Amino acid sequence: MNSLYLKRSLIFPFLTVLALLFSVFSITPVLAQQSLPTPSDDQVNAIAKELYCPVCENIPLDVCGTQACTQWRDLIREKLSQGWTANQIKDYFAQQYGDRVLATPPLRAGFSLNWLVYIVPPLAFLLGVFILVRALRAWKVPAKASTPTQAQNLNEAALSTPENEYVARLEEELRRRQ
Amino acid sequence: MSESFIGDNQKEKPRIRLGVIMVWVALLLLLTVLALGLVRTQRGSIVVGDPVPNFSLTTFNGEQVNLADYKGDVVVLNFWASWCTTCKQEATDLEAAWQYYKPLGNVLFLGVDYVDTEPEALKYLQEFEITYPNAPDLGTRVSQIFRIRGVPETYFVDRQGKLAYAQIGPFSSLEQIRAIIDSLLAP
Repeated sequence: MNSLYLKRSLIFPFLTVLALLFSVFSITPVLAQQSLPTPSDDQVNAIAKELYCPVCENIPLDVCGTQACTQWRDLIREKLSQGWTANQIKDYFAQQYGDRVLATPPLRAGFSLNWLVYIVPPLAFLLGVFILVRALRAWKVPAKASTPTQAQNLNEAALSTPENEYVARLEEELRRRQ
Repeated sequence: MSESFIGDNQKEKPRIRLGVIMVWVALLLLLTVLALGLVRTQRGSIVVGDPVPNFSLTTFNGEQVNLADYKGDVVVLNFWASWCTTCKQEATDLEAAWQYYKPLGNVLFLGVDYVDTEPEALKYLQEFEITYPNAPDLGTRVSQIFRIRGVPETYFVDRQGKLAYAQIGPFSSLEQIRAIIDSLLAP
């Protein structure tokens, strides 16, 4: 009888502690969700400015005034309050409405022309630099070219003297022999 | 000295030509890629009389709807959104038409929710007591097939799976919807 009482006296506190532990662990995630503060407009707009609504093209979501965009911003706020990260939210929007809603085209596997956005502008820049350098060089060439012409004229003038005529003939002779 | 100068000039010329050719080839390649992309984008558009390509949608209830499964039936494909004011004008008429044709079993009404948020879309369906299948257009894939210009737009697919009629903007009345469907059901 005493041992049974002892067992009961041990079991009940043990079960109580166990039940308390379970309740604490089951409540914790709910408390964690509730503890997230309501996202501010700035937090929402920080993500919204990186999104474009297909209904009102070329207007970033943070400044778009249509009802569709207001709903999208509300959705961003809701997702933020659920603890979603900016990337998760952007991925969600891309999945729901297509990549065209993203301000920065993502690089994805498969056939996509998105890579052109990252390749064409640097290539165009390099091409521009190449053309510019060539144009600048072309402008310099006539100035350089004038130097040999002047030198040639001077040589011709110098050769016209009798002494130099002799030297020229001598050189010509040497060249023949070689 | 003069020979080597001439030699350098002769060496430089092919190099410059090769560079020019490479630039042109790169430009042509870029244009080809862009043209292919444009062709791919344009391929989606269909006009009346064209066969409608198959697509599948997952409804808000989680059911999978494949267009190909409804060959032999008339399919009414209505694009809408909860933020669309004019969509609300025709919502009741569309539901009434669905209730009329539902017992026949050879007409499918399918709502496609365009660029919308799910909570608002569900509120809209509840408000207008819409019972026919409705699905979000994930990635705007279906709306791109039809190249819709806005909402509401409704497309009628005939029994052969071809696009029979396109209604741009809201319907004026229930009779208008019925007249179009009846003409497609007529033997």
